[in-house]
Amino acid sequence: MTIGLAGLTAAEIRRRVAVREVSCVDVLRAHLDRIAAVEPRVDAFLFLAADRALDRARRLDSALAGGGPAPSLAGVPVAIKDVLHVEGLPTTCGSRILDGYRPPFAATAVERLEAQGAIVVGKTNMDEFAMGSSTERSAYKPTRNPWDRERVPGGSSGGSAVAVASRMVPLALGTDTGGSIRQPAAFCGLVGLKPTWGRVSRYGLVAFASSLDQVGPLARTVEDVALASSALFGEDPLDATSSGEPVPDFARSLEGHAAGLRVGVPWSFLAEGVDGETMARFRESLAALEAAGASVADVALPHLPHAIATYYLVATAEASSNLARYDGVRYGLRAPGIHDLRRLYGETRDLGFGAEVKRRIILGTFALSSGYYDAYYLRAQKVRTLIRRDFDRAFSACDVIATPTAPTPAFRLGEKMDDPLQMYLADIFTVPANLAGLPGLSLPCGLANGLPVGLQLLARPFDEETLLRAGAAHQKATRHHELEPPL
Amino acid sequence: MARVTVETVEHVARLARLSLTEDEKRLFARQLEEILAWAESLQALDTSGVPPMSHPQGARVLREDEPRDGLPRETAFAQAPEAGDGLFRVPRVIG
Repeated sequence: MTIGLAGLTAAEIRRRVAVREVSCVDVLRAHLDRIAAVEPRVDAFLFLAADRALDRARRLDSALAGGGPAPSLAGVPVAIKDVLHVEGLPTTCGSRILDGYRPPFAATAVERLEAQGAIVVGKTNMDEFAMGSSTERSAYKPTRNPWDRERVPGGSSGGSAVAVASRMVPLALGTDTGGSIRQPAAFCGLVGLKPTWGRVSRYGLVAFASSLDQVGPLARTVEDVALASSALFGEDPLDATSSGEPVPDFARSLEGHAAGLRVGVPWSFLAEGVDGETMARFRESLAALEAAGASVADVALPHLPHAIATYYLVATAEASSNLARYDGVRYGLRAPGIHDLRRLYGETRDLGFGAEVKRRIILGTFALSSGYYDAYYLRAQKVRTLIRRDFDRAFSACDVIATPTAPTPAFRLGEKMDDPLQMYLADIFTVPANLAGLPGLSLPCGLANGLPVGLQLLARPFDEETLLRAGAAHQKATRHHELEPPL
Repeated sequence: MARVTVETVEHVARLARLSLTEDEKRLFARQLEEILAWAESLQALDTSGVPPMSHPQGARVLREDEPRDGLPRETAFAQAPEAGDGLFRVPRVIG
């Protein structure tokens, strides 16, 4: 099947639009055709917005016809995880409790992409309130992995990953609280970046765990991730925790060599639990980086074995507080026919939340409750400091830290649904970056028994430039990003 | 380590304003105990003198206290399950 314009990268689309070789409407129509052909087989989207997209594409074409330069994402179709508000579209967060909700404002991250000429085609499926690692926890439907439709795409940004991997869009936004951009990127053969906490405004992002949540791009190439990062990064007066750290020119990071790059690998942490084929691809990726000029050495991160426990106490505690706002009073679902306020809260939340969200509210409320606060929540916050110190020490001897993104390739639909602890353990390599506030990049590193696996690189806070430089060198040396799913 | 009973889950669910079925209470009690048993490893770490970390460093959490426009009232009420007379309506709370 030839998919024409729908197979292009964001950078290539922008280049062709800029020289007026194609119109934004032509580009959009090719992608809408591709969506019509493929979406029924993978279920990546919760809502499509074809009319809104066509309207914006036409307006951009008119503006370009009047002369003037094309902005950096001119005509690039993008998909947005349904946890970020888009003007004029619903936001559900994959939850029944927000069924029919229309946000009265837009997310800064989305507005920044649109300001650069990106065209939003729809909102993508996700685990309810981003709580999950498989997208099976969506209250609406599971999303399927285009590499094997009996397997999960990863999560919670599974819809965004599948939209990009299936060539329905070249670029999508996800969010990453414990790996929700990087792990689906790995499971679907993509490049996914979780920026440093504070790099991208969280205004208009529905909160899960505020000290961990971060918005970031998924794409098929490092170049496209760099292009999106340039648009997304930067301070926002509407998010007091967004950082004023200067945003470098990422185009300069993409020369494709890794001369002098020091790569640290926490070998003792990888000693058990990693699938054999995944480990083989990981070692090949390290060799590719070495061939591009990098050196590889062992690093110690002694507290990483405690990261999952720390994460699931901190994240659920914050979630239990953030999700208190769904009370059936100001917006969202309200349980019908109840005349007692306390029961109204309880029944609305019982009706509106799925099992995983309830489980996490219970765990988080427990960790914060009188008598258990010191032993669980406060202790987890202290261990969080120890994990951060491990990284600070490690980065005195290396520039990036490499691990597999996930210990296995994509698992089967249903495989971990009845065992929440097993599902949580799948996040073992991704949660440390969120706890420490570091940027993390997942890169395609080939196939394990026919399924994509990812190489994860972590860097010092605000050093996305080094991640992208290393990523570009890896991509040039391997070409794994050119593999296409057998859809 | 913490023993998690159905009563523990009921207490926590009350705090969280969450109604649960009997099946959910039993299931969550078992799963919570399993998750907390797994998290027991944190108790063995020496955290004396270690400050708690609430968020990554570098956040500029204070800003000038300058008034600015919020959502217009009609926009805010437009999403409410029940509103009227410029108020959100809830069941009677005072007898």
